Order: sequence, then C-alpha cells, then structure tokens
Amino acid sequence: MSINKDTIKKISKLARISVTNEETDRLVKDLNSILKFVEQLKELNTDKITPIASVSDQVLTMNKDEIKKINEKEEILKNAPEKNSNYYIVPKVIE
Amino acid sequence: MNDKEFNYYISGETGKWEVVIGLEVHAQVSSNAKLFSSSATKFGSEPNSQVSLIDAAMPGMLPVINKFCIEQAVKTGLGLKAKINLLSVFDRKNYFYADLPQGYQISQFKHPIVGEGEVILDMPYGTKKIGIERLHLEQDAGKSLHDQDPTKTFIDLNRSGVALMEIVSKPDLRSPEEVAEYIKKLRSIMRYLGTCDGNMEEGSLRADVNVSVRKVGSKDFGTRCEIKNVNSIKFMQQAIQYEAKRQIELLEEGKKIDQETRLFDTKKNETRPMRSKEDAHDYRYFPDPDLPPLKFDQSFVDGIKKKLPELPDDKKERLIKDYKLSSYEAGVLISDKDTSDYFEDIAKNSDVKLSINWVIGDLFAALNKIGKSIKESPISSKNLAKLIDLIKNNTISGRIAKEVFELMINDNRDPKVIVEEKGLIQESNVGELEKIIEKVLKENGDKVAEYKSGKDKLFGFFVGSVIKESKGKANPALVNDILKKKLS
Repeated sequence: MSINKDTIKKISKLARISVTNEETDRLVKDLNSILKFVEQLKELNTDKITPIASVSDQVLTMNKDEIKKINEKEEILKNAPEKNSNYYIVPKVIE
Repeated sequence: MNDKEFNYYISGETGKWEVVIGLEVHAQVSSNAKLFSSSATKFGSEPNSQVSLIDAAMPGMLPVINKFCIEQAVKTGLGLKAKINLLSVFDRKNYFYADLPQGYQISQFKHPIVGEGEVILDMPYGTKKIGIERLHLEQDAGKSLHDQDPTKTFIDLNRSGVALMEIVSKPDLRSPEEVAEYIKKLRSIMRYLGTCDGNMEEGSLRADVNVSVRKVGSKDFGTRCEIKNVNSIKFMQQAIQYEAKRQIELLEEGKKIDQETRLFDTKKNETRPMRSKEDAHDYRYFPDPDLPPLKFDQSFVDGIKKKLPELPDDKKERLIKDYKLSSYEAGVLISDKDTSDYFEDIAKNSDVKLSINWVIGDLFAALNKIGKSIKESPISSKNLAKLIDLIKNNTISGRIAKEVFELMINDNRDPKVIVEEKGLIQESNVGELEKIIEKVLKENGDKVAEYKSGKDKLFGFFVGSVIKESKGKANPALVNDILKKKLS
C-alpha cells in the first residue's frame, strides 16, 4: 500500500481538515515512511493466528442502568458556537 | 385469483419480475440510561436536557457500557432463536455530520453480539421463515431540525448515544405484505420481551430497506438500493413498490442499477439518491480503542434464558392446545400481549367460546369506536368475565347482554348490579312464560291457524313476538320448548 496526493485529498476531505499543497507533499512523504515501517510486520506469517481487537487482557467494565446525569444543558451549551432555544445552531447541513 | 398462493410478481415489458427485500431494523433499547453514559433516554424532553459530556463528545471523556443494554440485546437474540456470541467487539464507524458530535458512531462491525437467527411469518399462503443475519448494538445519533431557519440547522443531542439494536435480516422477503408481517412480528417479539417498545411514531423502531429485483426463476440477486430511515410500515410498503418499479423500468431499458443509498420522499411518494457518488461513504471501521472486547460466559446467557417470558409463537401454540382455538383466533390474540393476557384472564374461568367471541368481536369493535387500546379498556377483564358468566348460566339472554355491555362501556360497572337494577334478569319461570305465550297466541289466532295448516316458517314469528312481549327477558330456549308443545 502506498499513499499519493489523491489519498491525502480523500482523507482530508473525510476528516474535514483542509490541507495546503505544500502540506500534501510533506504528508505523502511522512505517511509513506510510516506505512513502510509498519509493513515490516508483513514478513511474519499470521495465517493461523486469530485477529484480535486489543492487545490488553482487559474486558469491558459495565455500568448499571441508572440515570446519574440530570439536565446539564447550561454546562453543555456553554461550548456551543451558537445556540437558540436550547438547541445547538450550526450552518445548514442537509443531504 | 387464489389468495392462498404467493402472487406478488410485477409484470414488465419483458416478463415477470420478483422483488427481493432485506431489512435493517433499528430498535431503541428500552433502558433508563444511554448505551455508554448515564444520561436519560426519555422521548420528547426539552432539547439538550439529556446530554452528558460523553454524549456531547467532550475531549477526554470515556464511554462505559450499560450492562442492561447488553442483557436486552442477548434477550432479543434469544427471542430470535439466534446464536449469542460470547465475544463481541465495538468498532468506530467514522462519518462527519453535525448531529454526531464524536465524528464516529460506536457500533459493532466484524463481531456482533448476536449471530444468525430466524423469524416465522404467518402468511395467507402458509408459514414462511425469514433468516436473521445478525443483531448488533450501536449508538443512536442526535436529531437535526432543518426547517427552523433558512440558513441554520438546529441540533438536539438528547438522542445522541441512546442504545440501538440493529437487526439485519437476510434478503428473504418478497413482497410489501411480507415486510409488514415481518415488522409486526419483530415488534411483537420485542414487546413480549420488553426490550423495545416498538413505537414507530416516536422513532424507537425504524428501518433501512434494501430492494433489488430479478426475473422470476432467476437465482442470482440483482444490484440493490438501500432506502434509508423509513419510519412506518405504510411508507416501507410504498417505498418498495416505487423502488421495484423504478428498477424494473431501468433494467428493461437496458440500463444498469447503481448500488446507492436513497431516501423516500413521503410527500411525492418516490425515492431519490441521497448523495452523489464521489461523496459515497467510506466509514473506515476500526476497533474502538476506548472499549476492550465484550466478553461474557454461557452462564450469563443461560441466566437470561431462564427468565425469558413466553414468546408469541409458543403462546399461539399453547392457546390452540389449551383453549381449542382456531389458528386464526389464536393469531389475533397473540399479536398483542395485552390482548392475549386479557383473553386468558377471562377464559381461564369462563366459557371459552363466549370469551373469544366477546373479546375479538364486541370488545374490539367497541374499543375501535372509542379509539382505545385494550390496556385502556373501559371494561375490565373481571367484569367482562362476569357478563359472560351471566349469559352462560342463563341469567340473561345474549340480546340483553349486548345492552348491558353498552352500559358497561360507559362506567365499567359490575354487570350483575346493572342487571338487577334494571330488572333485566332472564325470565325462566315456566308459569310466567306460559302466561306471555298464551297472550301472544290469543292475539294472533289467524297466524296460529296458518301455522297449523302447514306454514312452519311462522314459528320464528311466535318466538320473536314472545321475546318482544317479555321486553327481551324471556329465555329463548324455554320459549322454544313451550311454544312447540302449545302449537303441536
């Protein structure tokens, strides 16, 4: 797998991060060298190994089905760029 | 046309087409708190009043799973006779949208909590088994309001993070009717289990509908389109009808179907593409590093299994066996747990035939008229049972019972009290009845003569006149007996 300018363009669009042309060139180089480093793992034969999602032995801890947070809207909406009648307001997004 | 045979085929210019449908149902778990936070899940609350720092995706917040939601997913899986996976993994499904503050939805991709199962449908042409592919747990998104302002979108995050069970069927459905039955059956199973309230108006049950078409007899699947987020059975059926027709027209013109996501416009009754191709979603799933794998042992599953309530299919079988009901009668009763509970309350101690007739006949009609569910029935099962007993032991006639029933709808009074108060007790005293009969025969001497000369049909007239004379109180069986003797 290798990364070119188009890959950077696609990823930056999906992440909604704008990247300049100069940055793109640098990122192509950086990401390719990271991938190359990781690709060393391919030398190992993993045919008979079950893929794992986590390397730690931890399992999920669980909570009881209890409501502990009661109406924090003042606190929450403090972070809104714009608000109106207790709603977050954002530029119109409609698909 | 024979309605006992499957017949949903669409005739095109080039021949008959079959519609292939698979559903992804999103069912909100009936829990107090959200899947990964301890905020409330109540529908219709003030905007953003049920949002924690986790639900708003503040940096550094860590999700902790709600054990109850896991139990509900397992319980639903057992209700679908499905394989429960003792190890499952939560993944991040990445996409950018204003009502998804995390920038990803926590879902289960490769390793869902529940694997393959089945749902049995009762269709007019027999039972049909619909395969379940999987059930996984995921977060719901917030809600966007686009119609409040010309340039702004309003966001309410109350729904953000509420637990959803996504139930994916195999592409086994073949008509809008089967889709309707499938949704109803799934909803009824979840309501019996108490895992999802199935309220489609409030959005706690919604579905993505996958539709493709193929020539009758073909074994290959056509290219499918996914119609997103349809929230009523009627709209699902309309969307399928429109979409199948659209695809058939394209194929018959020699064109290809693009595999795409479409939305159903309920006002125009049509589907249209949701987004352009170059914006096609690339979800970049990967295991959520905040959440280690979900593991439990078989004893956890067995514990839930032990406490499972009786499910619709089992209940139907039992009702048929215990009460000698027809498959149709049992089917009507089990479609709603409250209805079958109500029926059993009555039938366990009263006449079964009368019980079924009064519940699915008079009571259903009355409830329909006043727009109430059986749970809100103005007549309690206890009082309806008393009314049925009054008929059974000949205290009142069926005709009087209907009058009493009408009165009970208004005030749920004890039918015994109504009957005594209004003096409606059936007249079964032979002497009293004979007096009335004598009077009727005397007043209709000409008819008696006609009857005796062979006009048998007049017997009904005499019975009717006697009952009328008694103001409906005469015991019809006794009237019959006495009249026969008097007229012979």
